[in-house]
Order: sequence, then structure tokens, then C-alpha cells
Amino acid sequence: MTTPDPPPARELLRTEGIRKTFPGVVALDGVDFDLREGEVHVLLGENGAGKSTLIKVLSGTYRADAGRVLRGGRPVRISGAEDAEKHGIATIHQEFNLVPQLSIAENIFLGRQPRRLGLVDRKKMEDDAAVLLGRVGISAPPRTPVSQLGIAGRQMVEIAKALSLKTRVLIMDEPTAVLTSEEVNRLFAIVRKLRSEGVGIVLITHHLEEIPAIGDRVTVLRDGRSVGQVPATTPQDEMVKLMVGRSIEQQYPRDTGKASAAVKGRQPLLRVTGLRKSGVFHDIGFEVRAGEVVGVAGLVGAGRTEVVRAVFGADHYDAGRVEVGGKKLPGGDVWAAHAAGLGLVPEDRKGQGLLPDASVSDNLGLVTLRETSKGGFVDRGGQRKEATRIAERLGVRMAGIDQHVRTLSGGNQQKVVIGKWLLANSRVLILDEPTRGVDVGAKVEIYQLINELTASGHAVLMISSDLPEVLGMSDRILVMSQGRIAGELTAQEASQDAVMALAVGSATPGTTEMEDSPRGH
Amino acid sequence: MAIDTQPGHRLDKRPGGNGTPPVVRRILLDNGALSALVVMVVAMTFMSGDFLSTQNLLNVGVQAAVTAILAFGVTFAIVSGGIDLSVGSVAAFSAVMLGWFTTTEGMPVFLGVLLAILTGTACGLVNGLLISYGKLPPFIATLAMLSAARGLGLVVSDGTPITLPESMSWVGQTLGEWLPVPVLVMIGMGLITAVVLQRTYSGRSMYAIGGNEEAAHLSGIRVPRQKLVIYALVGTFAAVAGIVLATRLASAQPQAATGYELDAIAAVVIGGASLAGGVGKASGTLIGALILAVLRNGLNLLDVSAFWQQVVIGAVIALAVLLDTLRRRA
Repeated sequence: MTTPDPPPARELLRTEGIRKTFPGVVALDGVDFDLREGEVHVLLGENGAGKSTLIKVLSGTYRADAGRVLRGGRPVRISGAEDAEKHGIATIHQEFNLVPQLSIAENIFLGRQPRRLGLVDRKKMEDDAAVLLGRVGISAPPRTPVSQLGIAGRQMVEIAKALSLKTRVLIMDEPTAVLTSEEVNRLFAIVRKLRSEGVGIVLITHHLEEIPAIGDRVTVLRDGRSVGQVPATTPQDEMVKLMVGRSIEQQYPRDTGKASAAVKGRQPLLRVTGLRKSGVFHDIGFEVRAGEVVGVAGLVGAGRTEVVRAVFGADHYDAGRVEVGGKKLPGGDVWAAHAAGLGLVPEDRKGQGLLPDASVSDNLGLVTLRETSKGGFVDRGGQRKEATRIAERLGVRMAGIDQHVRTLSGGNQQKVVIGKWLLANSRVLILDEPTRGVDVGAKVEIYQLINELTASGHAVLMISSDLPEVLGMSDRILVMSQGRIAGELTAQEASQDAVMALAVGSATPGTTEMEDSPRGH
Repeated sequence: MAIDTQPGHRLDKRPGGNGTPPVVRRILLDNGALSALVVMVVAMTFMSGDFLSTQNLLNVGVQAAVTAILAFGVTFAIVSGGIDLSVGSVAAFSAVMLGWFTTTEGMPVFLGVLLAILTGTACGLVNGLLISYGKLPPFIATLAMLSAARGLGLVVSDGTPITLPESMSWVGQTLGEWLPVPVLVMIGMGLITAVVLQRTYSGRSMYAIGGNEEAAHLSGIRVPRQKLVIYALVGTFAAVAGIVLATRLASAQPQAATGYELDAIAAVVIGGASLAGGVGKASGTLIGALILAVLRNGLNLLDVSAFWQQVVIGAVIALAVLLDTLRRRA
């Protein structure tokens, strides 16, 4: 009746009833999962659903409390990186395990450099590395220090390292989160090549639209349990429903453009004119009015983060003017920016936004520490009370106000970072990639918060590399390209194509811009 | 879940055990250094009959005082993710300045003490300026000050001890015939440290800077200015320690307190602070200093040679931190 099925692909990896608890939390509760040769198996779930815990069990970082892992049908014990390596399992974490000062070749063969007479055989190491680099499509010579590579390049070095280990199971934790769309395409090309060579790939991503493009099967985790296994072609809303256990009516709950039309012509809350930092950005000018969400789109490296950091006073600029509520801000003074009503939620939550080993209360009270102090003494009781209030308002899911923020999920950590500026009552909030690494449910909560803020007269300037998010949440969109504002789009004009055209510079008629720009000195 | 414990500080709920009340056990389990101190005191009591006398315990206090006061200051630096290697030298330099002001310059004692303390503050400010605005790593800046302050002390004193005026001797003595002034100063400085760390803007900023300097900066904390405050405080505490030491010896010696910075750092670390910053308490530092003092005192009472004492102290420092690390991981 039907054509005979192709011979079933061999099973590479299987977990049965994996359970893992941490004090007070069941992270994994009987998870079954399997991976076949030559497939891309997507792990989907909200933050805190157990994805990271599962891959840490597979890579030997954690030992499961119960259940077993089978590799090629045989039960195995993976109690460390060495075991994982022995079984051909390699993991590429979000934070890369690379030594920036060492060369690409040294990084690939770190700890197992080819040796001759006890000395490192540099020639062989670099030749072998060159072959691997060819496989992942990197043209940089193997002697290049890793610090000279961009994020995408470093990721490829990690993949090359995995290949050098004769990896059969490659686990990738959100590999696309930090890549531009072009880089994502290149990554996927390599993933497809590996798949055709029979490697099994476990992929974690928050970008649902990537799943049909690259995945074969999808396992959805929720609250530490596997709640379903579906083909990668499953419609997005069904997958979201599985993830959150309910359907999300509207992913972007904003009536874009309405606010901008309403406040047109009014005094801007934030006005930037002629901002310049040599070699980084030029001629930056824009306005944000109360009630508006202004999106900032552009490719990674277009200078978006650099601009907002300068506006906020985190970095110095060479020329230009930043006004908040009509008053000029001194450059390079975060405290003054805060006092004038600016707040910044930085791009790198853990590295720049949080004190990971301090409590939720201490983190929330950080910005307001000074104004709530009297004669140099801190009002810790009052601070706790305020922190509790704001944490409740934001719905931060935590064991208590004294819990360390390191142990919160990404979405809840982000709420804490935003919360400290809400406590400070900042009128203009600059959000740099506010939902990166945040799960679908918490994303919507953050969008709703943005709506509440703008409705009560705040203004939001939002950088995002997530195009649907920029389009779905911004009343106006500034598109940056190569350190300049390449164009501004209203919500009506904006589309993925229009934004991308400006971002890659193809929409600019002529190339006069390049001649105008004072490159160097 | 209404929990008040910090993650990583789980309570050991083993049934049985001895008859200690739960509260005491909890405090001991949560605080490795304190348990170590208690164990040492109990052990010493059994091994030497002289140990548990009031006189000897006060001796321990006096011996701990200088290290503890230095260590309180160093706690500020370490909590903020820095370090201060210059405290021993700054202490000696400040003491020499005290001697110089009160003898050569003939100033009244209170003025001399004030100026000596300000000398320490000034040294600390220089450290702070080098670190905040010169962008020197704290290790390097304070290493330079370790040498420079020692040298300045030698220059001012011409390399010879300065005998302090008679009117100062009470500082090294006892109040009411039994309570040593150095112990009082230690307690006072300890309380100041606790209040600064827990209750003041500067103290909370230290934890923030040590926990994540960039996050502190982006939250509007003026990090360079706070670092000036931090190192100025460390210098001030060092000067106080120097004065206490000089009055005990009744003379300001330019070579005094050599190597004390290492004892101070050891006390802070034994007390549970993290050299990575963001963690540390005044009570922990006090316990750390007491552990070192009890150890030295005990080994003396047991007639252990000074050479072996150094070996034992080294082992105890490593062991204390090792146990603390294991306890946290468990």
C-alpha cells in the first residue's frame, strides 16, 4: 500500500525516567527523550522547564537522581566531561568554553595537543585545525587568536572542537540567540551537513520560526516533564500551547503606532542630537515622547548598544547632546542620567544587570540605594518593603525576597533588572534586548509591562534583534546600520523587508554617506 | 515556601547528635569559622590548664587586636572585590608620624593621634586614586604603597624607634585594672565595621561593586568615588591599628607590623569572605583574627617552637578555607 519505509535510523541516545531535584525544586521529573542518527531534535520549553538541566545531565555536569541514559542501546554513566567525550557527546553552551588569548588551533586541541617527543607539535596541530575549520567554513588562519573572532566565529570554533572529538551527539544550547540572520543561515547549513553525516543534534532554541527550517522532531518540556513530542512542522501556536500549557492569545499585545500618533508634536522626554563617537557612531539624532515605544533595529555590530550606553552615560561620547525632559545631561555620568529619569536595562543580564550572589531585595534596591539613604545610612527595612512590593507587582516567581538572583530563571531575573528602574521611577526606560533568553510566557509579561508603563506616561526605547518583536511592539522604529541611523519607520511603514533593507544598507540611495563620514583622523 | 536561609546554607537535619540546642547548632553549622574557633578553645582548655584564665583570654584579645583592626579595614577592600597589601606599612608609618608629631614637633597627644590617623587616611586615598583614576589593579597599587609607606616611615624616623610620650601609655594599658584598651578599640572598630557594611550607602555599595562592578556602575553607583572611600577607610583603620601597636610597645617603630597585611588577609578569608568580592562580614573577620590569636597563644602555652608555629598556622589557614568551600558545596 505504501512505499516501504527507509530502514529506521539507529538510535544514538536515549534517556529513561530522568529525575533531578535541587533543594526545594524538582528540575526534571521522569523525562524520556531519544535521539537518532542524522536528526535534529529540538528541545523546547520555557525557561525553568528543565531543558538546561537535561543537557547538563547528558553532558555529565549533573548526575541524575533516578533514571538512566543509554548510548547506542547500552546504559552508560556520564559523570563528567571526560565520560561525555568518551561516549562521543559534545555540548556547546551559551557561554563558550574558549580561551580568548589562545589561537583557534590551540583552543580546538586544548588539553590534547598533538605531541612529538613530549613537545607540542604546532605544525600538526595547525594543519589538523585548518582541516576542521574548512569543514565549518571558517577562513581565518588557525593561528588567529580567538579574541579576534566575532560571536559567530567563536561558535564555529566550538563546533570544530566538537568535530575533532569525533562527536556523534552534538548538543547546542540556544546557538542562534546571539547570531544575525545571515549567521544563523550559515550555522544551519553546517548543522545540515553534520546531520547528513549521521551526527545526532539536540538543539535548544526560543525562536519557534527556526524549528521547521532546521528541526526534525520536537520534544516539549514543561515543569520538568516531557509534555509532548511533535514533528517540527507543527504549527507555532500549537507548540506554544504545549510549552505554556495554555494558548497565548496575542504574542505582541500592543496597538502599535497609536501612541506615536497621539503624542506627535509634543515635547519629547528624551532628545538626542548630533551624538558622535569617533569610529563607533555618527550623527545620531532621535526623540522619544511620553507614551511611545521606539524600537531600535539593526544588525549586531551596527552600534545600537554603544549608542544607548552613551546616551545613558555608561560610556563617554565625543560630541552631541542628550536632553531628558528638556534638560541637558552631562556625558559619562550614570548617576546624573538616573537622576534625570533615565533607566537602562542592559543587554547582558548576568554580566551587567545583576549582582548574582545578592538577594532579590538587594538587587531591586540598588538604584534607589542612594536616595533612600539618610546621612549615609541605608533604610534596609524600607528597602525590603519596597522590593517586596515591586516583586509582587512584576510577578517575580521566587522562594522569597532573600533568594539569590543567580537561582532565578532568566525571565524572572530580567524582571528584577527592570524592577530596580521601576522603583527608581525612571520616566524613560532604555531596554537593550529585553527578552533575550526569556521564555514565551515571561516575554508576554514583559510586553504587558511595557504597555502599562507607556500608558502611564513613561517612554521606552527598545533595542531588539528579534525582528518580529521590534515590529510587534514599536510605535516607531529606528534602523541602525554601520554606526548611523539609516532610517526611521512608522509602525505602518515597517515590515521585515523594510527594516532589513535599511539594516543592510541597500535602501540608501547612492553611497554619499560613505564619503561624508569622517573615517579616522 | 517562607525561607530565611540563603541557598547553599542548608541546615543539616540529621537526627540524633548531641544535646546542643538547635539554635546553637544552626549558628555553628552555618558558620564554619565560628565552629573552628569553638573547637580550638575547647581543645586548648583540655590541653593547657592556663588557657582558660581571664588573664590569658585577655592576652589573646590583646594579641588579636592589631590584626583584627587591620583586618576590619581589609574586609572593606575584599568585599568590594579588591585587596590592600599596604596596611602593615601604613600602620607603621602612621605610628611613626604619631611619634614624630608628639615628640619632635611637641604637639598635644590628641592632635598627634588625629594627624596620625589622617596620615593613614591619606595613604589610603592615594591607593584609591591610583586604583580609581589610574586604573591600577588594587594588588599593584597597594603593593607600591606597601613599599612607599614603609620607606616614608623609615625616612621620618631615620630608621630608629621613637619613644612615645608618657601621657600616651594609658592606651596600651587597662581600664579598671583589667580591661585592656586595645581590646576595647578592637570591639569599637568591629562595631563600626559592621555598621558601615550593613547599614551605610558606602557599605552596600562595596557589596554591589564586589558582586558585579559593571552592574553597580550601570545602577548609578559612582564606582570610582566609592573606591576612594573604601581605600581611605582601609588606610584609616590601618592607622588606628598602628597607633594601638605603638602604644603597646610604648614606641613607634618604623619596622613594626611587617607582614601583618598577610595576617589581616588571612583573618578576613578565614572569616568566610570571598576574594572574588561581594561576600564578607565584620563578625567573620573578628572570628578569623581570634582564631589566629588563639592558635598562636595556644601553641606558645604548649611550648611549640616558633618555627613549627608558622607551619601550623599555614595549615590552619588552608584547612579553614578548604572546609568552608566543602561546606558550601555540600
